[in-house]
Amino acid sequence: MENQTPQKLSVSSSPHAHCGENTAVIMQDVLIALAPAALMAAVYFGWRAVLLILLCTGACVLTEYVCRRVMKRPQTVGDFSAAVTGVLLAFNLPPTLNPIYAVLGSVFAIVVVKQMFGGIGMNFVNPALAARIFLLISFPSHMSRWSIPFFYLSDNADTDIVSTATPLAQAAAGSGRPSYTDLFIGLHGGCLGETCTLALLLGGLYLLLRRIITPEIPLCFLGTVALTALAAGQNPLVHLLSGGVMLGAIFMATDYTTCPVNRAGKIFYGIGCGLITMTIRLFGSLPEGVSYAIVLMNILTPHIEALTQSSPFGSEVRNSGK
Amino acid sequence: MDTMDTANRADTTDTTDSPETAEPKEENTKQTDKKEKKIKKSKKAAAPDAPFLPKKPYKTHGGVRVNHMKNTAESPSETLPTPKRVVISMQQHIGTACEPIVKKGDIVTVGQKIGDSDSPLCAPIHASVSGQVTAIGTMLMPNGTEVKTVEIASDGQQTLCPDIQPPVVTNADELYAAVRESGLVGLGGAGFPVSVKINYSPDKSVDTLVVNGAECEPYLTADYREMVESPEDIIEGTRLLTEMLGLKRAIIGIEGNKPAAIKHLASLISERSLDDTMCVLKLKTAYPQGAEKVLIKACTDRAVPVGKIPADAGCIVLNITSVGFIARYLKTGMPLVTKRITVDGSAIAEPQNVVAPIGAIVSDIADFCGGFDKPPQKVLMGGPMMGTALYSLDYPIIKQNNGLIFMAEAETDALRPTDCIRCGRCVAACPMLLTPVNIQHLVQKRDIDGLNDLCVTSCMECGCCAYSCPAHRPLVQFLRMAKILVKS
Repeated sequence: MENQTPQKLSVSSSPHAHCGENTAVIMQDVLIALAPAALMAAVYFGWRAVLLILLCTGACVLTEYVCRRVMKRPQTVGDFSAAVTGVLLAFNLPPTLNPIYAVLGSVFAIVVVKQMFGGIGMNFVNPALAARIFLLISFPSHMSRWSIPFFYLSDNADTDIVSTATPLAQAAAGSGRPSYTDLFIGLHGGCLGETCTLALLLGGLYLLLRRIITPEIPLCFLGTVALTALAAGQNPLVHLLSGGVMLGAIFMATDYTTCPVNRAGKIFYGIGCGLITMTIRLFGSLPEGVSYAIVLMNILTPHIEALTQSSPFGSEVRNSGK
Repeated sequence: MDTMDTANRADTTDTTDSPETAEPKEENTKQTDKKEKKIKKSKKAAAPDAPFLPKKPYKTHGGVRVNHMKNTAESPSETLPTPKRVVISMQQHIGTACEPIVKKGDIVTVGQKIGDSDSPLCAPIHASVSGQVTAIGTMLMPNGTEVKTVEIASDGQQTLCPDIQPPVVTNADELYAAVRESGLVGLGGAGFPVSVKINYSPDKSVDTLVVNGAECEPYLTADYREMVESPEDIIEGTRLLTEMLGLKRAIIGIEGNKPAAIKHLASLISERSLDDTMCVLKLKTAYPQGAEKVLIKACTDRAVPVGKIPADAGCIVLNITSVGFIARYLKTGMPLVTKRITVDGSAIAEPQNVVAPIGAIVSDIADFCGGFDKPPQKVLMGGPMMGTALYSLDYPIIKQNNGLIFMAEAETDALRPTDCIRCGRCVAACPMLLTPVNIQHLVQKRDIDGLNDLCVTSCMECGCCAYSCPAHRPLVQFLRMAKILVKS
């Protein structure tokens, strides 16, 4: 080269191109998808909902930071996964829960469920759901005090929180239920992020369009719930629109780390989630079963993967010859 | 793109002849027989005695969307002026390296054989310029091995070797011999000696020639230029090979992003009324459609059994430029001494297709293309998905080079791997239906039995997994390690 000074060239393995995505972008997309539901939670349940969401997110992020520091591991707080866990945990709490319990749940999710198993990608169950179950078992009365939407607007909201039952509890008790419209837009009691089906569907649509999730798990989960309800002679729409099914099917069951990676596995996993949810709803003493269903299927994920392992291209020919 | 299967091919060529594998081979023939029957059935539906020619590509697995960046598609090939010096590597193919058969000080002419070997898996090497041999040296290849080279100082005359004359080819055996003498290797990138590829054992019931015009790597347009500039040679080569090898049909697979080439070749086939044995198939525009096994699936719906070669699925796959070259060689007798190369990338001033003599130095080609706008940080031989990064601009080009990409920024070097989040994108992207997400863990655990169960040897290092990984895991390296572990 006459016109160039010789310089060192970079040598590395192929491929020399990348799609440009990274973990932080994916987690930010999940947060964007959660935003409509968070907004509706703020509208329906007021400052208490906002406080819980911020508190859980902050506690999760801070705990993640401290954990990585203490363990002297590379800092992963920048990948936004702790923030997603925080928002999802908040979504699974009753709006009027004492903030202390919310912080406790956040610390449990990050320390016990996530970091003790090795951090992002290594936890065997969904941290937010495990934390919700931990709170549910430890503080059952606090975790099942529901309030009606817009309770914060009534005069005596601070001193006397208006209690209500969730639609599923109402259905189990045989009393009346809210109209379909109310169920769809979230005008009923429940965890603060699970009530507005419309907002959750919008978020799910965004995740599908951005190719963050694939449709197998939500469709199989929701389809199984609907079919089982139909088979049991119950109203499938009520089962789909109430409780945590939408939140669970779109945001919790599709958590990368704890669901199968292959297509067949995702289908089995989705059906399993739906079946366990409906088993608990129909035959259990609890009104709701989504959390338990997803966590149980999380535990089964390695086995589902092993059983549904796709055979490499060309290996069927070889095997069938034997 | 043929590069993908070479790693496997080199082994399988040895093993398929050994007695231990005789049994599975028979079973495979049974399998192909079954498929054969299926094809025959569909044949009857179409027309009596005419082979089945697909209209639409069959479904393939996985793959990724890449930016095509085919900037040089419409730039006609320019011929590099004869360089002052060429360095001709003695290893320009998969198999045994050639031994130089000239000495320092010898006068050589264009097309004169300067390297050969007795090994069956080898392609001879010819001088690309006329002049004097200045040295028999050695060169470090990018993979770390050393190889002998013949350096020739050109006299600028380009005197032709007097031995050059069109070979007389009347049967398949003469074709094998002629193709061997031509020094032809798979020009898609792998460099597997073509004479070995077409001389498959007669017990493999091969009926289909698949001509690989997919060219799915970003940037590369060398094969496209071949299709546009010498389509007659491609059709003639395809016809010759189909006839000589006694094949029933030939399918020319071209990615849908080259409509002009598809139209032109298809009209040439009708003009020469070869419609009933030959067709052009428009492939999905997706990387890696040009990978041998993926292409066979897209063109014939057959799966090459794991660890086997295309002939086990009744197919011969040849790169489209290789096919054109065979037609030209049979006409002129001029061995493989030049190669069309796509020169592109953000650092080069004038991206274009260059026809360069084998052994031309990379920096000479860069100078011919106007030098550099920006200093190159990474230089690739081949495309960005599977190409090899060169350590020096003083490196000579070899027969199977189809691209030189001068990158002003080595983007992927800045990516640091983070923890795997099990998103499953590598699984969805793998055209061989492997599970890189699990393979990486097994490699770290050195679990050889586990790796064997996951059929890691069928990985062709296409790079789809690493390309799509949001955690920037070095999955291709993990798979290379997996293959080494399984072999050891």
